[in-house]
Amino acid sequence: MTELTDILSAAGLWAAMLRIATPLIFGTLGALIGERAGVLNLGIEGIMTFGAVTGWLVVFNGADLWVGVLAAALAGMAFGLLHALMTVTLGLSQHVTGLGITLFASSLGYFIFRLTTPAASTPPTITPFQPLSSAMPGIASLFDGGFWGAVVFSQTTLTFAAIAMAGLLAYIIRATPLGLAIRMSGENPHAAEAQGINPVVIRYGTVMIGSALMAIGGAFLTLSAFNSFFPGMVQGRGWICIALVVFATWRPERALFGALLFAFFDAFQLRLQAVLADSVPYQLFLMVPYLISILALIVMARQARVPQALMQPYRRGER
Amino acid sequence: MRFRIPLTRRSILISGLVLGMAACAGTARAQQPLKVAAVHASPVENAWNSRLHDALRAAADEGIITYEFSEGVSATDYARALRDYAEKGNQLIVGEAYAIEREARQVARDYPDTAFLMGSSGEPQGDNFGVFGTWNHDAAYLAGMLAGALTRSGTVGSVGAMPIPEINMLINAFAAGVKEVRPDAKHQVSFIGTFFDPPKAREASFALIDSGADILFGERIGTADAARERGVRAVGSLTDYTSRYPDTVFANAVWNFRSILDAAVRDVNAGKTTGNNYTPFSLLKEGGNDIVYVKGVAPAEAEAAMEAKREAIKAGTFVTPITTTPPS
Repeated sequence: MTELTDILSAAGLWAAMLRIATPLIFGTLGALIGERAGVLNLGIEGIMTFGAVTGWLVVFNGADLWVGVLAAALAGMAFGLLHALMTVTLGLSQHVTGLGITLFASSLGYFIFRLTTPAASTPPTITPFQPLSSAMPGIASLFDGGFWGAVVFSQTTLTFAAIAMAGLLAYIIRATPLGLAIRMSGENPHAAEAQGINPVVIRYGTVMIGSALMAIGGAFLTLSAFNSFFPGMVQGRGWICIALVVFATWRPERALFGALLFAFFDAFQLRLQAVLADSVPYQLFLMVPYLISILALIVMARQARVPQALMQPYRRGER
Repeated sequence: MRFRIPLTRRSILISGLVLGMAACAGTARAQQPLKVAAVHASPVENAWNSRLHDALRAAADEGIITYEFSEGVSATDYARALRDYAEKGNQLIVGEAYAIEREARQVARDYPDTAFLMGSSGEPQGDNFGVFGTWNHDAAYLAGMLAGALTRSGTVGSVGAMPIPEINMLINAFAAGVKEVRPDAKHQVSFIGTFFDPPKAREASFALIDSGADILFGERIGTADAARERGVRAVGSLTDYTSRYPDTVFANAVWNFRSILDAAVRDVNAGKTTGNNYTPFSLLKEGGNDIVYVKGVAPAEAEAAMEAKREAIKAGTFVTPITTTPPS
């Protein structure tokens, strides 16, 4: 048992949790905001991949890292626009369209990568975001050696942006007229229309903003978590985000908690593997985050209030 | 005057005969470059595929073969790509059968005149389906000997994709090399459960460093990134990572596909069966793998002991242990 307490009390575990959670937070918030307005976006896996390649390519060609993040967001928005066009204006199946966008975006991302980047023995690299400890050494040195210093200052700025974004979205959805309009579009778009809110505009907006967040989550992988792009590197993180939205019962603050919980168990199992590999098969450890998520899902989903108009196209004047 | 080619039965027979003779004349001259195609399931930047790609390109540059390839071919499309290259008249097709073992073997049965050389954990089949394993365990053992001499904490770690036999024997060989020079060393291993997730390999490496490892063996890319960030050293696998991570990667267990390729090309050119297991050409004594290291990082006597072991492997007096059970 001392091993367990050693792992839990080490700053490395908690720092890893924040790192692993960051792309999940962005992705989950992106999927969540669209669903609150009534549009499921299964394009997330492809949009994250496209964000990863776009952000990376822009930086690889000499732009600043933040320009890379912005480019990824804009590219994500373009796919969001496509998804909204198909599902909101044309009223097509959100499942089919989303999966189509995932296939399209990941293939297009690989295609652009190959067109613009010559084949090499190892993938070319960029200089990624640096941890705060080297970005602002003055403040970091105050916490030098301490637990919080090690946890907080080993992160990059994007991690804090993700956490702040969860707070911002929670506030917007709960407490602003815009949030009310988003919620109405997802619960009863006809009632929203009667109140002078245009659900079509709201749905377009949330899907595009949501897709931008997904793409930023993907860009985190190539601009912070690693420094190269691999076509398959999103590795199902998008699908985890879709599950986390349900886990979060469509609430941003719980999405943050869910992503952190999943990441905690992922970071935890990686450390357990090193210690207990002799006695327990590693596959069990890899399962842990998913098992815990399923268990949590069972508990949480019982009280979930699904947006009533989720996956229903809105056609003006139709009953 | 108009010249007409009469389309009679005889003229067709004669023209067929002439064409056939021309084709025979082509194969009779053995030094024509062999038509080789490769189907890569991953982009050619992927470490394993890059080793095939580099060897094939080098052979093409030397005029031994002509080389064309497809990359990033998904498993659902893989057999079609194999058939396309067989239809186009390629004499040797190189690829990886791991995910589509049954379909690839069916393609080989359908094209008995085309030789196939596939990365596979299975057995060769018939006269034209040759297999090869990725064995760079000799070099991993040698790199382990340097790592054992270098570790201060006495703990080393390995990051692998999945505990399949080929990866197990590689990581076990590294651990055995470490323990030869430092019997009390601890070896920890972390599997990430996927082949293509460098950020996850990086996280697994941080976990190993957190639990005391000061030298990491990176079966997966992403390992050396964590090592560099924490100021510990790393060993690369398959390809030479020294220039990508200077001051971090001090040794690499490099795999050379060229010796396997050359053996298969020889057999095709000689008209021999290619339904062989070409894995033995992956051994160090055949030039199939070797250590590439930065001299002066490990103590001189450790380097000398390692070089002596390398000569012993070459001479056949030492055989690197092959342990395919999951490492612990």
